[in-house]
Parts: sequence; C-alpha cells; structure tokens
Amino acid sequence: MAIVVERKKLTLWEKTYIPQTIGGLWITIKNFFRPAVTLEYPDQYPVIPDGYRGSPALVKDSEGREKCVSCQLCEFVCPSKAIRVVPGAIDPSSPYSHIEKAPKEFYINMFRCIYCGMCEEACPEKAIVLQKEFSLNVDSRDKMVRDKKALYELGGVEPDKIMKWKRVKDAAELEESK
Amino acid sequence: MEKNFVNVNIDGTEYKVEAGLNVLEACRSVGVEIPFFCYHPNLKVAGSCRMCLVVTGMPARDRATGKPVLNPDGSPVIAFSPKPTISCGTKVAEGMHVITDSALVRSCREGVLEFLLLNHPLDCPICDKAGECKLQEYAHTFGKADSRYVEAKNVKPKKVEFAGKIFIDAERCILCSRCIRFAKEVVGRDIFGFIKRGSKTEIAVYSDTDTNYLINAADICPVGAITEKAFRFKMRTWFLKVTKGISSESSAGVNTRVWSRNGVIYRITPRENPEVNGPWMSDTGRYEYVESGEKIACAQIDSSPCDSSYAADRCVEIMKLGGVAVVANGSQTLEEMFMLKKLSDACAAKVYMASHTGSDDGFLVSADRKPNTRGAFVTGLISEYPKADLSDLLGEVNSGAVKTIICFGEDLAKLGFDSAALKKANVVYVGREACETSREAKICVPVSGVFEKSGMWINRQFRLQKFEAAVSAPSGMMFESEFISLILRSLTGGSFQTPSIGEIRARMEAEIPCLAGCSKVGDGGMPIDGSKYSGEPFPEKPAFMFGKEEK
Repeated sequence: MAIVVERKKLTLWEKTYIPQTIGGLWITIKNFFRPAVTLEYPDQYPVIPDGYRGSPALVKDSEGREKCVSCQLCEFVCPSKAIRVVPGAIDPSSPYSHIEKAPKEFYINMFRCIYCGMCEEACPEKAIVLQKEFSLNVDSRDKMVRDKKALYELGGVEPDKIMKWKRVKDAAELEESK
Repeated sequence: MEKNFVNVNIDGTEYKVEAGLNVLEACRSVGVEIPFFCYHPNLKVAGSCRMCLVVTGMPARDRATGKPVLNPDGSPVIAFSPKPTISCGTKVAEGMHVITDSALVRSCREGVLEFLLLNHPLDCPICDKAGECKLQEYAHTFGKADSRYVEAKNVKPKKVEFAGKIFIDAERCILCSRCIRFAKEVVGRDIFGFIKRGSKTEIAVYSDTDTNYLINAADICPVGAITEKAFRFKMRTWFLKVTKGISSESSAGVNTRVWSRNGVIYRITPRENPEVNGPWMSDTGRYEYVESGEKIACAQIDSSPCDSSYAADRCVEIMKLGGVAVVANGSQTLEEMFMLKKLSDACAAKVYMASHTGSDDGFLVSADRKPNTRGAFVTGLISEYPKADLSDLLGEVNSGAVKTIICFGEDLAKLGFDSAALKKANVVYVGREACETSREAKICVPVSGVFEKSGMWINRQFRLQKFEAAVSAPSGMMFESEFISLILRSLTGGSFQTPSIGEIRARMEAEIPCLAGCSKVGDGGMPIDGSKYSGEPFPEKPAFMFGKEEK
C-alpha cells in the first residue's frame, strides 16, 4: 500500500531559501579549515600498502643472481596471455651454470596485464613479484611491452632466505672435494 | 589364433581377461590403472621400481585332499599372499583375486614414492620432462606435500651430454633400467648401465656407443634423467599442440607426433603403431622439422616475383606448346600423385621420377628414402621402379623432344642437369625448398611443405597411412594439389572447383580398386593389396614388422 508523505509546510522565511544557502555555505567554510583528506596527485603520491598488486617484474636475489629459471609457469597461468618467455640455457662459464636454465628473453605486455598476481602465485622460484607501481606512462605503445632488462630494472632485489641453488652448488662442491 | 581367457576378480568385480597377460596389463585392459615406472609393454619385465605392488590371492585348496576350501556360503576361500606382489611380474591365473586399492596397497605406493623422492632433486622448473613425467604425476597422486628426509641429498653427475643427442642427469634417475633394457633388447647392445651401489647407484653410459635410435631412451625414460638435446630448454611440453604425422625420412613410414606451438615445430616423437614402428623411431627422423635450406617466399617468373595464380596461368600457356614432361617426387602425397596422373594424362606428358636410396639399417630407416614410392605405383604414375638419375629426361631435353619440364620438389641440378640443360627447357619448379633448379627455373611456384599439408602415403609394407598438417603455411601459399588442379582445369577447359582433400580421396576410392576405404582410414593406417607390384625391384631389406620376426 502506498504511503503518503505529507510535504512540510514552509514558513515565509524558509520560502526565501536564505537559511538553506547560509547553512550550506557554513559547511563549506567549516571544511576550509579542516585537514585535507585528498592528495594532490600526481604531485603527491599515495603510500602503497604491502601486498599491493601493481605491475609484475622480475627480481634478483641478494647475490645479484636472476631468480627466474624460465619454467614458464607464469606464462601458462597468465589469464590474459600477457607473458611470453623465451627459455634458454645458462652459459657453462657462468658461476650459475649449475642452475642450467634461465630466460633468454622475457616479455610482459602491460596492455594485456590485468594485475591479478597469478604469475607471482605460480612462480616456484619467487622470481616474479608484483610491484607497487600502478601508473604506467609511456610515449610509445612498444614501451608497454616490457623486456627482460626493463623488468629487472623495475623489480630490483628481493632477498632470498632459502638460497636453494646455492645449497645445490655447495653440496656438489663438497662431493667433489671428497 | 584363438585367444584364451581367464576369470579374474579385480577389486571385487569379476572380469574375463586374456590369459598370459601380467596383472598390470590385465587391470589396464579393464580400465583399472596401476601406477608403474619400470614396466614397459615393449621391454622385458625388470620389476625394479616396486610401484605396481598389488595384493593377489588364489582360491585356497586343502593341502591334504587338494580340494577347494569353501566358505559356509559355498564361495571359495581366497588365500591372499601375505605380502604384496609386483603386478608387472605376476601373470593372471584362473580364479585369481587382485586388490589394487586397499590401505596396504596405498601405503606401499606412498612408501615407494617417498623412497624415490628421497634423493630426487625436485628441479621440475628446469626439467624438460616436467608435464609428461611419471614421477611428477604419481607424486601428485600418491606423494606427500613435504619430505621427512632431513639429511643431505646424494650428489650425482648432472647435465652429462652424450653423443651430442641426449643429456643424462643421474640425480633425477629413479633406476628403473628402462633405458638399459631398451639398448639391450631393441638396439641389441649395451649403451647404458648402472655403476656404484646402494643409494649411490647411478646411470652411466659406455663411451662411443652411439646409435641412430638413442633418443628413444629419452622417450621411454619415465623421469627427466635422459632428455633430448635438441629439445633442451626449448619449450615446456604443456604448451605444445600434438598433430599426428608420418615420418618422411624413408619408406618405413614411422608414425610420429609433431609438437608445435604458434606455428613453430619444436620436436617430433614416435607415435605408437604396433603394426609399423612399435613405439620407436630413428633419431635422424626426428630432425626433419629443422629448417635447413632457404624457402621459396613467393612465386617467381624469370626470377621476378609474381602472384601464384598468375604463375599458374603462365605455366598453362607454356604447357600448351607441347613437349611436356613431369618430374614427380616420391615425397608427394597420394592425393597429389592422383591429381598429377590426371594432369599428365591430360597433356600427354611422360612422367619421370628419380629414386633416392640410402643404406638400410634393417629397422626403421629403409633403403628407399622417399616415403611414397609405392604410392606412385598405386596411382599409376610410374610403372617401373625409378632410376637414381634422370638421364632419360636429359636425353629427351637435349634432343628437343621435351620443351617443358614440370618439376615437383626435385633438384634437377643434382640429377644430372647442368645449367645449360636447365635453360634449354622451360622448367616449372613446384616446391617449398629453394634449390639450384628453383633459381634457374622459368617459373617457380611455392607450395606447402610436408608439415603444412595433410595427405596419405603408402609405406614399404603397402600400408596406407595418413598424416595431418602440423602448422599452417605462410599466407598466399598454395597446396600442391590445389596448384595441380588449377592447371588441370585451365588445360582441359573444365569448370570444376578446386577439389578438397576429401573429394580427391573419394575420387581415388572410386577409380583405384585397391584404395577402397581410403577416405575412412584411421590413425593406425590400413594395409592395401600390393601383390600386383611384388615383381618390382624394391630396395628395402627385411626389417622390423617387414618380413622379419619382431625384435
């Protein structure tokens, strides 16, 4: 059943709209003197919380070793097919030749990336990490496809607590010295 | 031969299975999967992995009287073995009871797997076997998420290259001895062997024991201990699309799987066909996809690029002048040969063909290095076994009788033609690979290569086998059958559409009696009656599944 709401009868003073205007201006004036709740973006940048899902990038461990072994699980799991990995072998003269495999090239198409973080979740080496970067500005479309160099620059260093590959190498050296 | 059957009770259900099978195969034949590593249907049983443990039992008999012991309800009492037995090494018997899924069997599998994983390096991210690894699969099914092993894992040789074809990683090896048995039983000599003892046992190779069948060891390795060098770190297996192919290496007609991704072929592995190649293939046949020579990018007339259909029109014009000869190729598919026969009949051209022979290894590389020489006989293209060169044709060209040569993928320069002879006649080259002839040719038309088309070949056993296109040809490239029918239509003034593969097959069926049923041939192929050609001097020696007892 319909409910009939009676319209309030306005007095003559109220009908001039002067009290409403003054009331509104009062709120505005009050807020002039309150601390600001917004940011002057892009001059000011927000503080990004940990665990934020920004653009994915490749990271190195504290020794400066590239963590990625190009297992291509990120490429497989990526729902928007943004990642493309060209796997390759590590040069035998490299100090990391015992790891055998590293990406020859690594591309992430940032037009395609949807920042879901599945690549980070799938990575068995913790080599791809979503960064805090959220604003991507480039002057050509090609630059939105990031290559391995750009991804390492963005990712930087992520310390590795386990150092599993170092342990593998140490065990092999120990066996050899026996 | 009549098959005998026995009644076996598997997990409480009665089945009739073939007598003489082992329990593992018997269970598989009725759809009960038993995990295994070391067992291989084509190799002898080793029983080294213990993964296929099951509990078996036979109806009990009274020891004194020999009479069956019965339950109060009349059913026989089953005397189960006190400990589990390996199903690969146990043959089925009448009345046998098999338990494949009990707490004991499950704990056996978990235990075996835990032992196998103790010293396994778990480097799946860098292992090429990942995705098709038995250990990985079973670890997901029966394994624990974490290890109770706190000691250091054994260190063994890793990434040992052998013969330039395979890599051996002894740490990943689970000591199933499949590769050892393969070398002994199939190749016929020792290549692999175990050295050291106990948990330090590792797989090793005898030096200088290369064979053309070595990479099969990588295929049968249930883990990543043996991996193929050419495929090493190229692509993960789960990205690859598999198409069914036939090896074009020789007339053996080895069934293959062609693995490709985004139009790039990454590897070729054997496809099991017990009638042709078993599960094996030669190493040389695996590298057919490797782009060796230069490819023809677009049609050319006198070395200047043009459109393919324009080139076909020009081809018809010079063919109308008469004196046409066709050089067919033993790599052409049956469909192409059938259309070519129609074309050569239409322009009264004589068909020439050159044989390409090599050494016969008596196994899966036969002497005839063309996959479809017998197809040329069946389609009527040739009536006697071709010679190794084209001196007959050269004579005809020099005498002026032949003015135009339509050459299908055959390099005339290698078959006795010098530059002057190539210039003397109008050469129309139809093929994928660029060669001396394609550069000298009057008209050069690129057509789809062997991995870019579907078709059928007839192998040395007169077995009709079909293959599928693995990748698509570059845009603007014609199929060979399309090109032939295009010329045929212009030449005969017909108005038919370019026939599809299916239409050509239907016509073949109707016109060639021994090809009846060819449009419905399955993946395993179909033997056809080749007794008509038994007098021809085919060069193949008796080999595996070809007039020789099975190895």
